[in-house]
Amino acid sequence: MSRFAGVRATAESVAVFLILIAAWQAIAIFRLVSPVFLPGPNRMVAALWRGLASGHLSSELFQTVERMVYGWLLASLLGVALGALIGSSRAARLYLGPTLEFLRPIPASAVMPVAIAFLGLSNSMVLVVIALGTLWPMLLATVHGFAAIEPRLIEVSRALRLSRLGIVWKIALPNALPDILAGMRLALTIALILSVVGEMLASQDGLGLAILLAARAFRSADLFAGVALLGAVGYVSNVALQLAERRVLRWREAG
Amino acid sequence: MRGLILPLALVLAAEVLARIFGIDSDSIAAPSAILVAGFAALIDGTMLHATAQTLGTALAGLAIGGGGGLAAAILLGLFPRLAQLMRFSIETVRSIPAVAIIPVAMLVFGFGYRMEISIVAFACFWPVLIIGQSAVIGIDPRLDEVGRVLRLNLWARVAKIVLPAALPRIFVAFRLAAGAALIVAVTVEIATNPLGLGYGLMLAQQTLHPDMMFAMLIWVGIVGWGFNALLLFLQKRLFGPAALAGNAP
Repeated sequence: MSRFAGVRATAESVAVFLILIAAWQAIAIFRLVSPVFLPGPNRMVAALWRGLASGHLSSELFQTVERMVYGWLLASLLGVALGALIGSSRAARLYLGPTLEFLRPIPASAVMPVAIAFLGLSNSMVLVVIALGTLWPMLLATVHGFAAIEPRLIEVSRALRLSRLGIVWKIALPNALPDILAGMRLALTIALILSVVGEMLASQDGLGLAILLAARAFRSADLFAGVALLGAVGYVSNVALQLAERRVLRWREAG
Repeated sequence: MRGLILPLALVLAAEVLARIFGIDSDSIAAPSAILVAGFAALIDGTMLHATAQTLGTALAGLAIGGGGGLAAAILLGLFPRLAQLMRFSIETVRSIPAVAIIPVAMLVFGFGYRMEISIVAFACFWPVLIIGQSAVIGIDPRLDEVGRVLRLNLWARVAKIVLPAALPRIFVAFRLAAGAALIVAVTVEIATNPLGLGYGLMLAQQTLHPDMMFAMLIWVGIVGWGFNALLLFLQKRLFGPAALAGNAP
C-alpha cells in the first residue's frame, strides 16, 4: 500500500468514527435511551472540558497515570532482575518454576483483599498490588529469554572469556529483550486496570474513584467523560510502547 | 518433584512459627487453620455456591461477548473493506479498560448478575474479534474459490467453509477470552458486586477472617488453574496441532 493510500484509509476510518458519534448524538437528541444512562457526546465533551479546565479531572488523570506508571516501573525492574536471577541458574528454575507457575494464574485483583488486610486502604496497598499483578509478564519473559539462549552464543562467550555479568549483559538480556518489551506492553494494560480497581476499592483519588462517584450520583456526563479519558490513557500508553518497542528492536531487523 | 520443596518448606515453616508463637492476627493465619476453613466452606457448600455464581456469570458473559465478537470477526474477516473502515472506531473503543465499564454497568443495571455479565461480555468481545478476524483472513484462498465455484450464498459460505476452516483458532480465541472472563468476573465482584468468589474474598477480609480469606484465595487459584487446564485439554483433544498452526496470513 502506498503512503497516500494508507493516509486515505486512516482518514476514512476516522470519518466512520465521526459518523458513529453523530449517530450517538442523534440517539441522545431524540431520547431513544434515557439521558440518565446515556448522555450525548456533546454533554460528555462539555463535562470533559469543564473538568479539565477546572483542574479536578486533570489532577485525577495525573494521579491515575502516576500510580499506573510507578507500579509498572517497580514491577518491570523487579521482574527483569528476579527473572535474570532465576533464568541464569538451572537449579533456581527447577526449584522455583512450579511455584511461579502455580502463583501466576491467581488473578491480581484477588490479591487485593489480602493486600488490604496487610496494608489497609492505602496508596501503598494499590501500588503493591499493581506491582505484584504486573510482575508476571516481565518475569516469565526474562526467565524464558535467559533459559533459551542459542548454544553457539554460549560457546562464543566462553571463547571470548566473558564474565558471568558479561554474558548476562551482552547476550542473555538482548536475547530476552523482545519478550520483555512485549511483556511490558501487556503489563502496562494490566497496571491501568489495577489502578482503576484499586482506586475504587481503597477510595484513592483518581479517575477510577471519580467515575464510581459519578455513577453513584447519576452524573452520567461526568461518568462518560472519565471513561473516555481512561480509554485515551489506554490508547496512548499502548501506542507509545509500541513505538518504543519498534525503536529499541531496530537492530534485530538490520541483523 | 524438586519444585515442591520450596512451597512445602514455606508452608511447614509458617505452620511451625504459628504453633510456636501463636497467631492472633487479623491478616495472617496458620496453614492448618486455612485448610480447616477451606474444607469447612467446601463441605457446607458456601464455596461451591460462590464458585457456581462466578463461573456462571463468566460463562454467560463469554457466550454473549464471545458470540458477538465471533459474528463481528467473520463479518470483518470476509469484508476487508469494512474492516478498514471500522479500524479507528474499534481501536478507540477497545482501549477502554473493562473495569472502567463497571460504573456504567452499575448505573444501567444496578448490582447483580446482569451488570457483571455485561462487563465480562465487553471484555470477551475484543480478543475473540481480533483473533477470530485473523483466523478468517488466514483461511486458504482456494477454499474460498471452491465456495465461489459452487455458488454458495453468504450463509452457506460461513457455515460450510469459513467456520469449519477457522474453528481451531476460533477455539483458541475463546480459550483466551474464557481466562479473561474469569479474571474480570472476580475483579468485578471484588470491586463492587456482592456475588460469587470475589465477594466471598472481600467479605472474609472485612469480617477479619484471614483463614477464610486465604482459603478463598487459594481456591480462586485452583478454580482458575483447573478451568484453564480443562480448556487446554479440550483444545489438544479436539484440534491437536491444528490450533497452533495457521498463523500465516
